[in-house]
Amino acid sequence: MRIGLFIPCYIDAFFPEVGVATLELLERFGHEVVYPRDQTCCGQPMANSGFNADCAATESLFVRNFSGFDYVVAPSGSCVHHVRDNFDAIEQTPEVKEVRARTYEIVEFLHDIEKADAFPWAKFPHRVGLHNSCGTLRQLKHAAPSELREPFFSKPMDLLSKVEGIEFVKPARPDECCGFGGTFSVFEEAVSAKMGYDKVSDHAHAGAEYIVSADTSCLMHQQGCAERIGVPIKFIHIAQVLNGASA
Amino acid sequence: MSDPDMLHPELRAPDDSDSITRQGRRLDHAEATSKPLRSRPEPQPRGAKIHGNRPIDQAEAAARFLAAPEHEKMHDERLWDLRQKRDREMHGIPEWEELRSLASAIKEHTLTHLDEYLDQFEANARRNGVHVHWARDAAEHNRIVHGILKDHGAKTLVKSKSMLTEECGFRPYMASVGIEVIETDLGERIQQLDNEDPSHIVVPAVHKLRTDVAEVFSKTIGTDPDNSDVHYLAEAQRESNRPLILAADAGMTGCNFAVAETGGVVVCTNEGNADLSANVPKLHIASIGIEKIIPRLEHLAVFVRLLSRSALGSPITQYTSHFRGPRQGSEMHFVLVDNGRSERLGLDEFWTSLKCIRCGACMNTCPVYRRSGGLSYGATYSGPIGLIIDPTFNARKYSNLPFASTLNGSCSNVCPVKINIHEQIYAWRRELVKQHEVPFVKKAAMKAAGELLSRPAAYRAAIAATNLALGHLPRFVLYNGLNAWGKGRENPRPPRQSFHSWHLANRGDKA
Repeated sequence: MRIGLFIPCYIDAFFPEVGVATLELLERFGHEVVYPRDQTCCGQPMANSGFNADCAATESLFVRNFSGFDYVVAPSGSCVHHVRDNFDAIEQTPEVKEVRARTYEIVEFLHDIEKADAFPWAKFPHRVGLHNSCGTLRQLKHAAPSELREPFFSKPMDLLSKVEGIEFVKPARPDECCGFGGTFSVFEEAVSAKMGYDKVSDHAHAGAEYIVSADTSCLMHQQGCAERIGVPIKFIHIAQVLNGASA
Repeated sequence: MSDPDMLHPELRAPDDSDSITRQGRRLDHAEATSKPLRSRPEPQPRGAKIHGNRPIDQAEAAARFLAAPEHEKMHDERLWDLRQKRDREMHGIPEWEELRSLASAIKEHTLTHLDEYLDQFEANARRNGVHVHWARDAAEHNRIVHGILKDHGAKTLVKSKSMLTEECGFRPYMASVGIEVIETDLGERIQQLDNEDPSHIVVPAVHKLRTDVAEVFSKTIGTDPDNSDVHYLAEAQRESNRPLILAADAGMTGCNFAVAETGGVVVCTNEGNADLSANVPKLHIASIGIEKIIPRLEHLAVFVRLLSRSALGSPITQYTSHFRGPRQGSEMHFVLVDNGRSERLGLDEFWTSLKCIRCGACMNTCPVYRRSGGLSYGATYSGPIGLIIDPTFNARKYSNLPFASTLNGSCSNVCPVKINIHEQIYAWRRELVKQHEVPFVKKAAMKAAGELLSRPAAYRAAIAATNLALGHLPRFVLYNGLNAWGKGRENPRPPRQSFHSWHLANRGDKA
């Protein structure tokens, strides 16, 4: 398949290794992965702040970059949620609708489309706390959220369970929001930081060496919080683990 | 002895609620060293600062709440405990999700036929011998109730908890016309005695430590200020309140459900205080929001199964009281209140907020609410449901509230009537920007972001500049008052190269 690789702005700038892992992982499964170089962002920061009209030019650029691929794949749940569910500042032409519908987050792509059943190259002999971001959990429905009465399922856990040596720990509040929330993190910084402190402490108490997530933005926030209060815990994106990162 | 008010502010002793005073005079030096050596209870953080119509600064009040760690920890854990109890109850009901869908459908049906059901309710209530009144807004509600009380020569009124009366500013109004109102719900009474609004729609004093309650009661009903035993405090309140109930001229309740086919109202409580308020005096007035209607008595079962499980994680409230008509020799009045509800019903994106049954589950699960305290919202309704209801009362004053959310969506998942709360929060942000109720700074920043992110070359340059700055500027430049991110968190460290540069170097042909 011919896949357009969408690397959101903060991953491009701060966490290139997450982009590299996503690209290599897709290549391991035999796909042609193209990275349109003029890409920037999906428009989510403006849209979540209510400024939908200010997203229009960014959304048009996104569609120009990602039109015509079999799938568009990104290592970021919240961005994919935005593209799929809220991306409506521009006219909804068939082309726009097509791009939106073909945009997938890496975990759901591997789980639902690729139906990956083995990662023989990957070993991760560590105790891991899985952080399902709110975008992946309650919007993209990666897993059963604790609030609903429905049978347990977890796509990220299904994939990670195929990695040799991995061990999961269970925090006391497994799917409470970590407090990032996009611009919330700066407009309500005190509450945001406290939520982050509580989240990383909860994982640390459960015995996690690593917090693994499909959302780098949550990890960036949690890492900043952990470093500030001195919680010794490491952070890694799920694509890196699945691609065989040795930590 | 000097009057402290005449001293220069810097010479005045700091406010110290623990300081030893005698006859209004603060004791100092040797006298004050006899102060008992007990650790001072953490003072209770107060709510948002209200400046007329100016936008409430929820973030500021939340930061003060967080600066009181004992209060914040207790509040977060107490409400999280309710959420966990709710989850346990949910797992005990196999048809839980079906019940939620049913409850939502009943409410949507009723709201889209509200005029018919209200007429039916009124006709049946009148047939039962109840006096029915219609109030367009809060002021009319207060005037109507005052009129009823005047007709009966009533000077004192005991009431159970009602968010509608909070919404109407009922107690201040009654105080202004010389009628004494006594709250009979324990939490609500604590708040009344402390002259503070309820912070939660089900547990109004949940933000207070027992030491806070001991302080309030010692000043108001004369308990021992050093005794914060909860049984002692609850009993003292009961002893002080019971005679007031027995002597009251009139009683008032709210209404959880108003049943159209019977013309009766249903009130769900845990303390039995609504029954006392309604049944002891010879006059019972029930204030009813018009959205409280349900068509038939059989629908009540759906809501009763959901309400207390969602609210407190208990299978049912201790009391589910049905009031259908006056007892012999007494009078019953229903006041049906609109106060903005009809207008809300006409809002395409927001009308389903009227499905709310006021269980507070969205507040208990909300990670922002649990860490900010309900009073930080500076509004009658706090937490997620408040974020989507408050702006309908005053878009300017409550313009910041829809931003006090991470849009995590847990509120929508726990809502027993399936209100898409987090989607409405998102929609309110758009709406407030459209109505120009968002600060200019934010507007300018978002416009600039929109322009930058639609121009690849400028965007590339910005990333390079940011990483250069993060990698090279000294800490004191990066972590300053302007860096809201860095106040409580470390910045991410810039990598050797961006993904974009890596790709150019390693996959030059794949673009």
